[in-house]
Amino acid sequence: MYQIVATKILAPSIKLFEIKAPKVAAKAKAGQFIILRVDDEGERIPLTIADINRNAGTLTIIFQEVGYTTKKLGCLNEGDNIVDFVGPLGQPSEIENYGRIVCVGGGVGVAPLYPITRALKEAGNEVISIIGARSKDLLIFEEEMKAVSDTFMVATDDGSYGHKGFVTDLLKQVLDEQEVKQIWAIGPGIMMKVICATTKPYEVPTIVSMNPIMVDGTGMCGACRVSVGDETKFACVDGPEFDGHLIDWDLALRRMNIFKDEEKRAEAAGSCGGGCGCQ
Amino acid sequence: MPIIKVKTSMPSQDPKVRKSNFNEVATGYTKEMALQEAERCIQCKNEPCRQGCPVEVDIPAFIQKIKDQDFAGAADKLKEKNNLPAVCGRVCPQESQCESFCTLGKKNDPVGIGRLERFAADYQLEAGVLDPEVTQSTGKRVAVVGGGPAGLTAAADLARFGHQVTVFEALHVAGGVLMYGIPEFRLPKEIVQREIDYIRKLGVDIQTNSVIGKLDTVDELLEKGYDAVFIGTGAGLPYFMDIPGENLNGVYSANEFLTRTNLMKAYKFPEAATPIKIGKRVAVVGAGNVAMDGARTALRLGAEESYIVYRRAAEQMPARDEEIEHAEEEGVQFKLLTSPIEIVGTEDGWVKGMTCVEYELGEPDDSGRRRPIKIEGSEFFMEVDTVVMAIGQGPNPLVPSTTPGMELKSKGTIVAEDGTGKTTKDGVFAGGDIVTGAATVILAMGAGKDAAKAINEYLQNK
Ligand SMILES: Cc1cc2nc3c(=O)[nH]c(=O)nc-3n(C[C@H](O)[C@H](O)[C@H](O)COP(=O)(O)OP(=O)(O)OC[C@H]3O[C@@H](n4cnc5c(N)ncnc54)[C@H](O)[C@@H]3O)c2cc1C
Ligand code: FES
Repeated sequence: MYQIVATKILAPSIKLFEIKAPKVAAKAKAGQFIILRVDDEGERIPLTIADINRNAGTLTIIFQEVGYTTKKLGCLNEGDNIVDFVGPLGQPSEIENYGRIVCVGGGVGVAPLYPITRALKEAGNEVISIIGARSKDLLIFEEEMKAVSDTFMVATDDGSYGHKGFVTDLLKQVLDEQEVKQIWAIGPGIMMKVICATTKPYEVPTIVSMNPIMVDGTGMCGACRVSVGDETKFACVDGPEFDGHLIDWDLALRRMNIFKDEEKRAEAAGSCGGGCGCQ
Repeated sequence: MPIIKVKTSMPSQDPKVRKSNFNEVATGYTKEMALQEAERCIQCKNEPCRQGCPVEVDIPAFIQKIKDQDFAGAADKLKEKNNLPAVCGRVCPQESQCESFCTLGKKNDPVGIGRLERFAADYQLEAGVLDPEVTQSTGKRVAVVGGGPAGLTAAADLARFGHQVTVFEALHVAGGVLMYGIPEFRLPKEIVQREIDYIRKLGVDIQTNSVIGKLDTVDELLEKGYDAVFIGTGAGLPYFMDIPGENLNGVYSANEFLTRTNLMKAYKFPEAATPIKIGKRVAVVGAGNVAMDGARTALRLGAEESYIVYRRAAEQMPARDEEIEHAEEEGVQFKLLTSPIEIVGTEDGWVKGMTCVEYELGEPDDSGRRRPIKIEGSEFFMEVDTVVMAIGQGPNPLVPSTTPGMELKSKGTIVAEDGTGKTTKDGVFAGGDIVTGAATVILAMGAGKDAAKAINEYLQNK
């Protein structure tokens, strides 16, 4: 059992949980992920690590309540336990001093981007951050990101905060004006796809963090396969970060939707099995 | 007394009924059946059957105990050499091991050794196994990496020697392939769970959710005070064919297909939260036990047609005879001497079929099997909407790649001494599929047993 030691609502339907898992916390690095199971009938879902507190032995995860399992997880409170929490999985980000870099995050993707940005900043990079969301109330980790960035920009789709439009608009501006060594982009699949299309003509290496469907997270099932430059890779062990210019995005986006119908069926059958009063 | 020529048949669920449920197919001998079958054993003095058993179970002795109606005694006799008789009675390829050496088998059916093994083990489980005595501690600590048959066997024996054992298992339950791969209808998970509970009672600490190589490495375990490490991480890495279309929606590795169904209980979806998507026409590529399990699972999940697609011929299929028979009875169709060269998708990226080619058998190859040769111009299209790749698994590199100083073979398996499991790294032993490549439960168990003995000696001299 793994205890939820703190919770916070970051935005409507976006929650932060701090989970006690000292052994995982001792080893986890920016860019890695964990897999958890809420209860004995639960599925295994991957979540990228949003922060690590080695002293307290906790990890921070952030999730949007979009599907059956994330909704069920969202019903839990401080002090509650989840049955399984395994990690750290995947390869850590390659942190070094590249020079001037850009970190782009969208939606809940800003959360996993944060520890990477912080590590890049600590490594001496000049960090330009661009984060975005559909609207101001859905924007998360603004203060945290600001604190580890030299330049900080925000875009919202509806213009309720910062630039009205997409993070790619701001990114394009930056690339037109300055020489950038490397870009990290984390967010919804479609956003990462568009970012890669934007940066390709500038030939700036663009690292994305893939979030395909997974089961075990140890290289045992191949559910997480992504096509990278004509090679099939298992995102859980070879990734989750890859060179975004080499990803077959149409394939990756399609594979994320394999169980869309089933997801609806599960939700229709009732999220919490009743009893928690969250519905 | 005249010899009964045929094996007492195994009662089983009707194929028509069982192909739509996940309950165990073979329901097991009754006492009467077991006695009848045990009577067939003529107790040969030279015990040829024993040389066919990788762990040299005293087969005539346990069968004699059944004859004497001392069923628990029969189970104890089995357990002298085999920690998991209820499992092995169900999944061992007896026809190519013990039973292939049985004297009766020269002219008639061999004695049903596997069925008797299962009977004795189940009888004892049913009657209730006494809690084992915990051996006085030697103060030595051993880490076992991987909770499959190899790791669990090593752990149990090491605990009996008095060592303090911790098993680190990557998944949320121990059992390895017995839990995630082999289906419920062939090996009920409750049986595996009871074996695991028993091993816990021996004093073994099983830590799930512990991926070695990601949490601690083998070196770190040694630094943290473990006096020896046993690696039994199996052959969990699924192979694909490397043909176009393999990443389309609707193509699974057998491991994913079976893990979703067995470990995650997708057959109970949505009560169990893990989904599986199954089409009407399913092709499973391969013809080993894994493939048979896949094809039979597909039927139970609601597929209307389930195919085994295999490049070689019927007599070359590596699966246990019983699995092939059961698959046929349930209506699995066999497309032999056939192999896909491409998986074809719809516009929105779902499987709609496979382009296959046909083969004929040529001269024998190095393995002695007649080599399949492609027939030119034989391409044809096979309409299917789900494809399961069951063409084999390799060793997972997670532990080998994080353990410097431990020699590997070219395919990534660990170099370990026969009979001891000693690797080229001091204090580190290995066994099971991670050493042999994908093999069998009994070989993995045997390797775990050998290694436990060798580790015990190593610790005494340390
Ligand atoms: C579908 C299927 C059907 C089969 N049917 C039969 C059959 O009928 N008869 C038969 O004899 N054999 C059968 N086999 C083969 C048999 O199951 C294997 O040979 C046997 O399980 C090998 O045992 P093992 O202990 O070496 O490995 P495994 O059973 O693979 O166990 C390895 C364990 O190690 C864990 N692990 C891996 N990496 C790590 C890590 N880094 N840290 C911690 N833990 C880790 C895994 O999660 C797993 O639990 C079948 C295999 C499959 C897949
Ligand atoms: S999630 Fe199973 S191999 Fe990556």
